[in-house]
Amino acid sequence: MSDSQSHGQITGAQSLIKSLEAAGVTDIFGIPGGAILPAYDPLMDSTAIRHILVRHEQGAGHAAQGYAAATGRVGVCMATSGPGATNLVTPIADAHMDSVPMVAVTGQVGAKMIGTDAFQEADIRGITMPITKHNFLVTDPAAIPQTIAEAFHIASTGRPGPVLVDVAKSALEAQTDFRWPTELSLPGYRPVTHPHAKQIREAAKLILAARKPVLYVGGGVIRSVAAKELRELAEFTGMPVVTTLMARGAFPDSHPQHLGMPGMHGTVAAVAGLQKSDLIISLGARFDDRVTGKLDSFAPNAQVIHADIDPAEIGKNRHADVPIVGDCRAVISDLLEVLRAEAAAGHTGDYEGWVAFLAGVKSRYPVGYDTPADGSLAPQYVLERLGRIAGPDTIYTAGVGQHQMWAAHFIGYENPNTWLNSGGLGTMGYSVPAAMGAKVGRPDATVWAVDGDGCFQMTNQELATCAINDIPIKVAVINNESLGMVRQWQTLFYNGRYSNTDLHSKRIPDFVKLAEAYGCVGLACEKPEDVDATIEKAMEINDVPVVVDFRVHRDAMVWPMVASGTSNDDIKYARDLAPEFDKDDL
Amino acid sequence: MSKHTLSVLVENKPGVLARIAGLFSRRGFNIDSLAVGPTEHPEVSRMTIVVNVEDSPLEQVTKQLNKLVEVIKIVELDGSASVNRELMLVKVRADGDTRGRVLDAVAIFKAKVVDVAPDAVTIQITGNADKLADFLAVVEPFGIRELVQSGMVAIGRGSRSITERTLRPVPVPVPPPAAGQ
Repeated sequence: MSDSQSHGQITGAQSLIKSLEAAGVTDIFGIPGGAILPAYDPLMDSTAIRHILVRHEQGAGHAAQGYAAATGRVGVCMATSGPGATNLVTPIADAHMDSVPMVAVTGQVGAKMIGTDAFQEADIRGITMPITKHNFLVTDPAAIPQTIAEAFHIASTGRPGPVLVDVAKSALEAQTDFRWPTELSLPGYRPVTHPHAKQIREAAKLILAARKPVLYVGGGVIRSVAAKELRELAEFTGMPVVTTLMARGAFPDSHPQHLGMPGMHGTVAAVAGLQKSDLIISLGARFDDRVTGKLDSFAPNAQVIHADIDPAEIGKNRHADVPIVGDCRAVISDLLEVLRAEAAAGHTGDYEGWVAFLAGVKSRYPVGYDTPADGSLAPQYVLERLGRIAGPDTIYTAGVGQHQMWAAHFIGYENPNTWLNSGGLGTMGYSVPAAMGAKVGRPDATVWAVDGDGCFQMTNQELATCAINDIPIKVAVINNESLGMVRQWQTLFYNGRYSNTDLHSKRIPDFVKLAEAYGCVGLACEKPEDVDATIEKAMEINDVPVVVDFRVHRDAMVWPMVASGTSNDDIKYARDLAPEFDKDDL
Repeated sequence: MSKHTLSVLVENKPGVLARIAGLFSRRGFNIDSLAVGPTEHPEVSRMTIVVNVEDSPLEQVTKQLNKLVEVIKIVELDGSASVNRELMLVKVRADGDTRGRVLDAVAIFKAKVVDVAPDAVTIQITGNADKLADFLAVVEPFGIRELVQSGMVAIGRGSRSITERTLRPVPVPVPPPAAGQ
């Protein structure tokens, strides 16, 4: 495209591709079909855009999410009308929960056919209304460039999120002009990014007066690219830090101030750090039920400073004493500036006793695990070794369940955007396609998908996409031949009655053969002494995807745990074992 | 629980009503009444939504509404600082014996007869919810054959307008086409 103001008569489909190019798109994950077919013709001629033909639209959606989460850029997926579009619903809902910037372009039946129950018609705009940040139906070909520009603006600014653009086939086929807009017309969309100075001063006051403060860091810190500022703030003040599941990597795991991940499966130190604090400084987190446990007994003595770019999150679950609406990076920078000025005037916080108490808890209750007595493989050991060998510059994705929690605890994260998972929606099957997207966005990085045997069987068809398109991801299947997290709940809460959680995946399918059938290298490992060599072998293969079947002990459980619906005070660090706090610690 | 009247200015685009109704239902808020219509600006519609909620969920619903891209502005109208009206059409049984008394009620309430049949009259009445309820209590003994009522519409008292400032265009510069295009 040589001229951004092309006036020649082109088709709506050409206008759509030109618009995507103008929006800076370089990669699209998708599958063509009837209604979107006109768009795939000019797409074939685009030199700026690489289209990756996936095997299922859900894979396209998660790939776009992984791409976005790894790079910070908007991920793009494309599908046809009806079933193509409805297959995107899960990744769209996932992106909405985890604030992932994503644009989904779908074909729709011709404008005159809309509402007639035409072949492959589904009201995808109606279906996705509650799970998108915004969505559009385009029937006028002249509106295509403006709509695409608005979609990318909405997806990537404010609190990021998924935007769906549904384009009628008739609009793709009609003749139109391409005019890239110079202004957007979004009178109702004005995200507040810069925090109010008065609120920042109030927050600084509470921070200086607190004796037991904790920085509660959420995914917003990663989305706002604020890891550097966060570290400055933490080190300047000496306050302890917890990072939620969505924020792993926002603060180095190796840092002495880091207490780890809070929540249902959080570390004892992180859970205690929130629970016993007198001030919670929430940065881009949303007091999710998996973090707070039973809400009315959560951190009962804490005041709350709640900073978020989305005003609706502030005070939604927990009252905020100091609400701050703004982008996390701006909030942290402004806070740091005020605290530095206070320090220069001789005002600093005194957290010595608190920091020492938490350091004690952290060393008394590290996240650990039992090595199986029968010499079989502990899943936690696999992830510990994977983290050590692949290192902190690797990007890790995970599915949902036990392997996800073990991966969150045992790998060790030092950098933002290196831990990608489905936190809010909890979508099994996220891992492999997300790894594919991450590898496309960051081709020079090593990308490991950590997956369970249940999750892996939901989306592993994308191994074909990876093998054919030179996307050499690596997959560690943590194979405990069951839906492990559900099985764990059955062990703990259903008297060991294992209803429908046994997948027999050590027998069927043969993951090594499956990998080979998909043109990948398949490896298997079931002895602790073979783990390092297997991982090292997988690390050496960079021309094709690798799948490693780690056949692990099936009864391993995720600890610590706060049982669903109970208070964080009732955390157990192993079955029936509660940490002991001296009364004078409280 | 208490009633709150929200005036919501929205872009006049297809699907906006579905978005708003969907949001209320998904977040578990009940709408008492909803009225929607054009404003003095053709590109803007105005919804008057009456909700029955506590203060804290009201704040949450307002924030969630504000997140909708097509919602331009939300103002809560205070009952005493605003004028609110509902319109009701009611078909009351009225034969030769009772018609006189029904028409008395119509006159007292400054209502209006808009249709007459041998055994019924159709009455139009506007007012706030209390006035409409009082009127119904009076004509109810004659027999109500059919009733239809609009949602409430409301406007603030005084000369200020909630629409004037909000509708100035907010130009958002678009990044130029990506490099290399």
